[in-house]
Amino acid sequence: MSDKYTQFVSRGLGRDLARKLGLPQPVELRRYRPGQPLVEGPVLIQGAGTGADELAAALLAWNLDVRRHAVPREKLGAIILVLDEASRPEDLEKPVLTAGASLRDLAANGRVITISRDAAEAAEAAMPAVAAARQGVDGLLRSLAKELRAGATGNGIILADGAQTTSPSALGALRFLLSGRSAFVDGQFLTVSSAAGQLPEDADRPLAGKVAVVTGAARGIGAAIARTLHRDGATVVAVDIPAAGDHLAAVANDVHGTALQLDISRDDAGQRIIDHAVERHGRLDIVIHNAGITRDKLLANMDQGRWTSVIAVNIAAQLRINEALLASEHFRNTPRIVSVASTSGIAGNRGQTNYAASKGGVMGMVRATAPLLAAHGGSINAVAPGFIETEMTARIPFATREVARRLNSLQQGGRPQDVAEAIAFLASDAAGGISGGVLRVCGQNLVGA
Amino acid sequence: MPDNGTPAPGAMTTPAAATQLRKAVVVGGNRIPFARTGGAYTKSSNQDMLTAALDGLIARFGLQDERIGEVAAGAVLKHSRDFNLTREAVLGSALSAETPAYDLQQACATGLETVLGLANKIKLGQIDSAIAGGVDSASDAPIAVSEGLREVLLDLNRAKTLPQRLQVLSRLRPKDLAPDAPNTGEPRTGLSMGEHQALTTAQWKISREAQDELAYNSHRNLAAAYDAGFFDDLMTPYRGLSKDSNLRADTTPEKLAGLKPVFGKNLGAEATMTAGNSTPLTDGASTVLLASEAWADAHDLPKLATVLDGEAAAVDFVHGKDGLLMAPAFAVPRLLARNGLGFGDIDFFEIHEAFAGTVLSTLAAWEDEEFCRTRLGLDGALGSVDRAKLNVNGSSLAAGHPFAATGGRIVASLAKMLHAKGQADGRPARGLISICAAGGQGVVALLEAH
Repeated sequence: MSDKYTQFVSRGLGRDLARKLGLPQPVELRRYRPGQPLVEGPVLIQGAGTGADELAAALLAWNLDVRRHAVPREKLGAIILVLDEASRPEDLEKPVLTAGASLRDLAANGRVITISRDAAEAAEAAMPAVAAARQGVDGLLRSLAKELRAGATGNGIILADGAQTTSPSALGALRFLLSGRSAFVDGQFLTVSSAAGQLPEDADRPLAGKVAVVTGAARGIGAAIARTLHRDGATVVAVDIPAAGDHLAAVANDVHGTALQLDISRDDAGQRIIDHAVERHGRLDIVIHNAGITRDKLLANMDQGRWTSVIAVNIAAQLRINEALLASEHFRNTPRIVSVASTSGIAGNRGQTNYAASKGGVMGMVRATAPLLAAHGGSINAVAPGFIETEMTARIPFATREVARRLNSLQQGGRPQDVAEAIAFLASDAAGGISGGVLRVCGQNLVGA
Repeated sequence: MPDNGTPAPGAMTTPAAATQLRKAVVVGGNRIPFARTGGAYTKSSNQDMLTAALDGLIARFGLQDERIGEVAAGAVLKHSRDFNLTREAVLGSALSAETPAYDLQQACATGLETVLGLANKIKLGQIDSAIAGGVDSASDAPIAVSEGLREVLLDLNRAKTLPQRLQVLSRLRPKDLAPDAPNTGEPRTGLSMGEHQALTTAQWKISREAQDELAYNSHRNLAAAYDAGFFDDLMTPYRGLSKDSNLRADTTPEKLAGLKPVFGKNLGAEATMTAGNSTPLTDGASTVLLASEAWADAHDLPKLATVLDGEAAAVDFVHGKDGLLMAPAFAVPRLLARNGLGFGDIDFFEIHEAFAGTVLSTLAAWEDEEFCRTRLGLDGALGSVDRAKLNVNGSSLAAGHPFAATGGRIVASLAKMLHAKGQADGRPARGLISICAAGGQGVVALLEAH
């Protein structure tokens, strides 16, 4: 699973060689560890207006080294481009070019984050120039992210009407994107749709006191999710099929949680999950739908078994469990659901019509479930992993794997932890104002949206 | 239960004043699937398997770093290096290293006896929580050096001079170099357990068909239990196995009838005991979590069943007075009498299937008026066990029988069944466990739905 190439070109001879030959130069990403500083170095905030000023004040309160003007040749930890007041495309020029002049000073693993408003709302209000300015940020950021090097990433926060730069979820998203938690998130937008949500008392334990269920927790990404939620303070119920019980027990013991051997495609799976969480841990706050299977085959050769089983486990089970959750009085206190989708469900993948249908289905389900959970202060989102280094991807033939893992802006595969970090953020109180969307954890994969 | 202090008719002893005792409840259990010897667990030691069973239990009930009152387990086939087997397994598990443990060994009754002993400690208030268990590996069985070689080696160690050492070594003969493999034969008779049972089976005139039918039901019931997900919260897979490897879900009475007899072939009468109606050598481990009601409540854990009472018995098989595995026939009536109960008050009978012939001989004895009058001291036959209540989720003939692990398997399964049934005839559902053991012993127990 280790990426030997990245290790080789990260130092000494390998680095020199890769530079001279023009080979991809992935760097080892700065990943979050508890206690780590939010950003390494000063944070430059570009943009004029109330939103930018209020944001600068908020960041100062976090004891960050906030700059409103760049000092040439001083390394920057992050550049935040506040564009929320842009109402014509021309408005982008000054802040964007000023920020551009500072890009050479962005440190390795630095961050560029845009904050802008929702183009769709402007379109609905029939305001073409405003929509153009806002939509322009989309293209700008995605291109800029592809220009960044050395582990630096570019992501954006979109504020809907009713959300401000200092709304809890805007600040929560900003913290996530600034931190090592978002190491493999690149070229993506998080939409803050309301002022809901709450920042944690302890930034290193944002899930303290929560009870979280993780399906498919025995291995790979699911095990990483269980470990990450535990690290962030949650009590974890680890769920997997009975046949995976030995690995599941190891994970449950590792995270001081409980193991629930359960086939999630059973009719009563939702109720059994609720019962276990409530009877054993007194409550249920978070459900992570991670369990999924692949049964790849070209559609021309697809048999009913492959199609049915993938749909049953990957989306039908989630729908049925969500029905039970929505009907339960135990899932009413700012509940969170996060589903694992896939970039296959966005961009498509040869041989995966069944899998992509199920993962596309997950994203549709998430969008439609968001309003149903909103009544209880709840939220639901999906996370779509790109190429992640797991036991599954380790079985891909060498050459195919080497190409697949370099086909993104960070020129390397992500780790299960990267997906888990995004899920842990979306499961936190701070993400209460973010719902119905999909966050890709793909290092800005060149394939797809 | 009779009023405290009022002996039930026929009772030989009375339980200690029940009002002063706490209840010991079964919270749940965990076992690894049982594997036929030489199969999936060939390379697993008793300590490996017991640790795995413990870790699955810890994961199921969230007991990581918990200091349990006491853990007791044991193995029948045991290496001398495993003198502290249970404590070593605890140290290798996710439990607190401050959890004390002890080993116990009572042949095939080991597992059930750990449950009874620990339940008694809980009832007395000595401990609040406990894990009972057992493990056995016939694959990784100890092999000892011969008695001749052992004596030479010990004398060699005591010899002080070279001539003395040479003199000791000169006593060594080639035959002394052959290892002493373990066997399950009875030391006092030299007969294997199967040959002993063959005598009993013939004595009680148990037919081949009846034995095969019991074996068939065991497989059918166990397979149905798996299909219903019964073991989802009783078992954790191990080494690629997620079901008992001895289970033959597709077996038929015809297939069983086609097997050749293996025991009792020189008894004169027609031999009836086959590999199909006898348990195979098996590897596996089981654990049961026991607690006081208060401890279970404080930890938000379920209370499936109460451990009511237990009884041990032994028979004089050496002189042929009774069959080797017939001790439960004596223990059960004593246990029932002490608790003022009859067969009609029992909803589940868990009679360990060492051999189909063992179960059927025991049932026949209880139905036999003369045996019950002359040997059990009753007025007449103890009665018939309703076959619809016997081993309803399968037993050892299908699951296999890793000697010391069988008690834990039965207690955890029965507790789950009792909890699911809840009430019967306006009283808590009750279950009876009967386990025969080498040395002419037997241990039986009563559980009640909580």
